[in-house]
Amino acid sequence: MRVAVLKGGRSLERQVSLKSGARVEDALERLGHEVVAIDVGHDLVAQLREARPDAAFICLHGRDGEDGTVQELLEIVGVPYTGSGVSACMRCADKVVAKHAMRDAGLPTPDFFAFSETAFKQLGAADTLPAIEERLGFPVVVKPADQGSALGIRFAPDAAAVPAALVAAFSYSQKVLLERAITSPPARELAVSVLAGEALPIVEAIPIGEDFYDFEARYEIGRTEFVCPADLGDEVTARVQSLALDVHRLLGCSGLSRVDLMLDGDGEPWVLEANTVPGMTETSLLPQAADAAGIDFDELVARILASVPRR
Amino acid sequence: MKSSAMRDLMAITERPEVISLAGGLPDTSTFPAERLAAIMSRVAAESSAKALQYAPTEGMSAVADCIVEVMAEEGTHIDPADVLVTTGGQQVIDLVCKTLIDPGDVIIAEAPTYPGAVPAFTAYQADVVQIGMDSDGMRVDELEGTLARLEAEGRRPKFIYTIPNFQNPAGVTMSLPRRTRLVEVARERELLVLEDNPYGLLRYEGDPLPTLASLDGGAFVIYLGTFSKILSPGIRLGWAVAPGPVHQKMNLGKQESDLCSSSLSQLFVTQYFSEGHWQDYVLSLRDIYRRRRDTMLDALAEHFPAEATWTHPQGGLFVWATLPDYIDTTDLLARALQSNVAFVPGRAAYLDGRGGSCMRLNFSGVDEHAIREGVRRIGEVVREQVELFSTITSHPPHAPAARAEPTPAPPDQELADVLQLPKRDKRSDRRAK
Repeated sequence: MRVAVLKGGRSLERQVSLKSGARVEDALERLGHEVVAIDVGHDLVAQLREARPDAAFICLHGRDGEDGTVQELLEIVGVPYTGSGVSACMRCADKVVAKHAMRDAGLPTPDFFAFSETAFKQLGAADTLPAIEERLGFPVVVKPADQGSALGIRFAPDAAAVPAALVAAFSYSQKVLLERAITSPPARELAVSVLAGEALPIVEAIPIGEDFYDFEARYEIGRTEFVCPADLGDEVTARVQSLALDVHRLLGCSGLSRVDLMLDGDGEPWVLEANTVPGMTETSLLPQAADAAGIDFDELVARILASVPRR
Repeated sequence: MKSSAMRDLMAITERPEVISLAGGLPDTSTFPAERLAAIMSRVAAESSAKALQYAPTEGMSAVADCIVEVMAEEGTHIDPADVLVTTGGQQVIDLVCKTLIDPGDVIIAEAPTYPGAVPAFTAYQADVVQIGMDSDGMRVDELEGTLARLEAEGRRPKFIYTIPNFQNPAGVTMSLPRRTRLVEVARERELLVLEDNPYGLLRYEGDPLPTLASLDGGAFVIYLGTFSKILSPGIRLGWAVAPGPVHQKMNLGKQESDLCSSSLSQLFVTQYFSEGHWQDYVLSLRDIYRRRRDTMLDALAEHFPAEATWTHPQGGLFVWATLPDYIDTTDLLARALQSNVAFVPGRAAYLDGRGGSCMRLNFSGVDEHAIREGVRRIGEVVREQVELFSTITSHPPHAPAARAEPTPAPPDQELADVLQLPKRDKRSDRRAK
């Protein structure tokens, strides 16, 4: 097959994307495919029309690549692509939309409120902050609604820290959410990758030397230790995996996804978000989970490619 | 700030549509190409074999003579035999660390300090203690307090790192009384000082001040100079003038690192200086950079909100701006990049997580139009954040934000990216058909 690997782009996660893309290209070549590497930019459509690939392997993270924009273009140009379709990408890329869907469906996600910048500037949303803080308690997590990496995510330990956290989050997005922090010790951070309709072994991220979970430590080598399969016991493992599959289906994902959750002190899982284009770098969680399931990287790439719907 | 996030942000600053006030590059576009061609032809015609051969580790003596001339221009008189020619000024920092630092040793630096020194200091696992600055440069009284405290802990710094002229990134210059006192302190306590002086000749106003090396007479000061800002960073030539024992160890360290610096570059410099016009080029750079600095200061006054402050550099390449403490300049950079403009977030200049509301702005790398437009765009996003914050906080009973204490964080290896060296063509470009 001739496979276009889409990577890079203008998102803040460009570097991770380039790394994911390079690894996938190597794997595709080893699998005997013809690879067309595309660092996506103004000429994306022209490049696709010229290359006429049989499929596109999407290694784009964050804005444009993960939010349905590129998927829409691929639909129009008529190139089948890996992963979820346009609507699922849109639902997952916007954490607020995803969380509303989960809450409506009765799936556990931490309590939250979300606002646009306009709400603060023109509708007096600031007046609601004391009530929100009372409802959610402290610490509260402040997040940009559609930023894929940990950029702009802040813990506000008290009311005084909330305004600066909001300003920071609005640097990345027009919409931010305030979310109840799952911190009751020992809260644990889990990621469940879903591949072709099945949940892979759970990865646990264990921050090193932190009192409580620190979002900024998430991707920093040396500050987070990853354990896979997570030591949770059969019952919790099955429940968390089943919940991840529910989220994957609820949001309409296909092919692959990664569902991020927190496990609170009572052993209850809370879903934070779902990612439609999980990272494929050497330290990314999906390849780690696949490896724990006995699926090496080439096989993982082959299975993702095989799951591309024939359109 | 975690490494990958900072790397991701800095990577985007390199996009062609971005006006980057983040780099620290001198403008090499005004050096006449025909002059470079003429010099290189002459080197080839007259010294081909020598240009293609190794050079002495300490550098060619003819280059040492050029260095004597450059330093004399700033009133510092040295013996050419004391010069160690290096591969850029950066190698001096590396060699000094290599010579003096064992893991856990203390280095004293300014707060903020040169972001490019941070990876060198951390690579040698130094414990960097940063001393505050004001408009007169490093607070030497604070330094003395810190030295007393360290002494009480039984710790003795290996050296004090300072950029006295037009400091990178703060843009401030150490006053004469501070210089004098610093040299006295070094002498009293027998402490080495690494004086990094890349921009001394790029002064746009005010009177030149004596170098620490000249005040000290070479007893405790290791002097770092470079041709990068007065001629070209591409030739990769800097130098150290160090007290005897340190000089010898640095020479051994250099042998181990790279044997010698480029012979071709050294012959280029020798030929260039022999023509006797090197000062004219420095003067022309001074004119260009002075105009750019003035443009930047005017634009800051016009476009930055009243809540912001910034330094007024008398020379060099950088302005350091400080925003209200509720603005985080790393987050602000993400917003600024949406407007296609970039700067260096202040955290790059600290090893302890401070600097979160500061930014470094460079005025040497882009033209006046781009400086004006870049500052205008940054000012716009700063204003947006100031307004948003006041909207969020002006509603009682919500309490105003308290000043957040800096979170101690490990130094960030990726921050060397703030130097913004040109990148090699991407592998993907070759692959794409």
